[in-house]
Amino acid sequence: MSMAEQNIGVKAAREPLLSVRGVKTYYGNIIALKGVDIDVNEGEIVTLIGANGAGKSTLMMTIFGNPRAREGTIRFAGQDITKMPTHEIARLSIAQSPEGRRIFARMTVFENLQMGASINGMAHFNEDLERVCTLFPRLKERLQQRGGTLSGGEQQMLAIARALMSRPKLLLLDEPSLGLAPLIVKQIFDIIKELNKKDGMTVFLVEQNAYHALRLAHRGYVMVTGNITMSGTGKELLENPQVRAAYLEGGHH
Amino acid sequence: MDIFLQQLINGLTLGSIYGLIAIGYTMVFGIIGMVNFAHGDVFMLSAFIALIFFLILTTWLGISSIVLALLIVLVLSMILTSLWGWAIERIAYRPLRGSFRLAPLISAIGVSIFLSNFVQVAQGARNKPTAPMVRDVIVLYQSEAGYTVALSYKQIIIMLTTAVLLTIFWYLVQKTSLGRAQRACEQDRKMASLLGIDVDKTISLTFVIGAALASVAGTMYLLYYGVVSFADGFVPGVKAFTAAVLGGIGSLPGAVLGGLIIGLIETFWSAYFSIEYKDVAAFSILAIVLIFMPSGILGRPEVEKV
Repeated sequence: MSMAEQNIGVKAAREPLLSVRGVKTYYGNIIALKGVDIDVNEGEIVTLIGANGAGKSTLMMTIFGNPRAREGTIRFAGQDITKMPTHEIARLSIAQSPEGRRIFARMTVFENLQMGASINGMAHFNEDLERVCTLFPRLKERLQQRGGTLSGGEQQMLAIARALMSRPKLLLLDEPSLGLAPLIVKQIFDIIKELNKKDGMTVFLVEQNAYHALRLAHRGYVMVTGNITMSGTGKELLENPQVRAAYLEGGHH
Repeated sequence: MDIFLQQLINGLTLGSIYGLIAIGYTMVFGIIGMVNFAHGDVFMLSAFIALIFFLILTTWLGISSIVLALLIVLVLSMILTSLWGWAIERIAYRPLRGSFRLAPLISAIGVSIFLSNFVQVAQGARNKPTAPMVRDVIVLYQSEAGYTVALSYKQIIIMLTTAVLLTIFWYLVQKTSLGRAQRACEQDRKMASLLGIDVDKTISLTFVIGAALASVAGTMYLLYYGVVSFADGFVPGVKAFTAAVLGGIGSLPGAVLGGLIIGLIETFWSAYFSIEYKDVAAFSILAIVLIFMPSGILGRPEVEKV
């Protein structure tokens, strides 16, 4: 924990954009998050790595109040959102590209993007549409196609593009690299980096692909069965022998 | 040939009414996966609302133009019935969301019983007639045997109203953000809420739209038959539900198509075979279609890439 506190100390002057404190989430009687503390500061890319079933996606959804945290608090932009309805949390300008992508399969790509823009009443729709089409040229070719007919990689692009359409202050990405070809993974990570650098977008990224995620992120957390066990800068975690042994050995490096 | 033509006209008229009711079933099923058994009674209730307003307008307020009266009745009945639809969802279904799947279904049966009994107590158990409203007919054709094929103004009004409202409604669902939110909730409620859609509000809206269309059907039913009773919710309700299943439950064009098919089967069977067995015919065809097309005529078998 001390390392995390040190890092928070750097920007201690301001409250983090997102702060998760002592959050416990249950599925029925089964505890999935056992008291999680996480901070995401404005302008950062923060990654959360961990094995299957560690509770990463549960944390992503708990931030949105579905499932709801049974204990602890979640604050976003200075506001307590722990008990807020999911759609109101989304309207505070947090967007998520969720686990499993959750594309509206029977809507066209264009309509999926419209759904993403519905929070701010389509105010900048044309402008934003052009922007995501520049980021993902593949989507531009398929605007009138139904979401369900896209390939996995295209669906992932659409899920991210849809999340971007609301111009979020905080973008939550749940395993954007899952099941994708290495080349497309690289493309997507490049886009995340660009969004962060150019637009100053704050990104909270959940990944199993630890190497890429830690290289991209300013800071990272490691989650093991519902607990945060380690944290530090991306570089520190990449060099940490425990992290290397558990998440990187045998992988790419 | 003349009988065929006449029955075709009659069948399409009846089918329009079934189709309007069927949309309510299909939309509610699409969005929360529940068969709203009370929907037929909402239809019956709306016919009573229409009857009451019609009597007030023509006898007390002395409006002599039937078309104007009908239009006012239609609008008022849509508003009031929508309120009923909204209240029913709010009171009987929403508190049960998230509990076991059968709970709202049982609650719906309860609402159905409540509505028919409420109307029976409030309006009496006898059939309530109106004075015949639109009596003119257009004689299309008269055969040598003396059989006339006629298209009544009533039938024209019913088919036109259905067509116009379906078009407006289709536009609403396909092109507006409200409709998009509705379709999004139908496909993935969790994701819709992540995009800032108020799912509860959207479900309420679905019930309101369903009730509004049922009230159009109720008004048209009253216009067509000139009589309504508290028990009239059940059979048309079951027929419309059948229509929704036949057309492919969850599909809007399917609901209308199913309604028209059921209406046509009923009238043709009555004309050529026996009127007693018209319901048997309609339900038999449903059974046969479902054997060969389990998801209905326009229903979508779930083929989706992952």
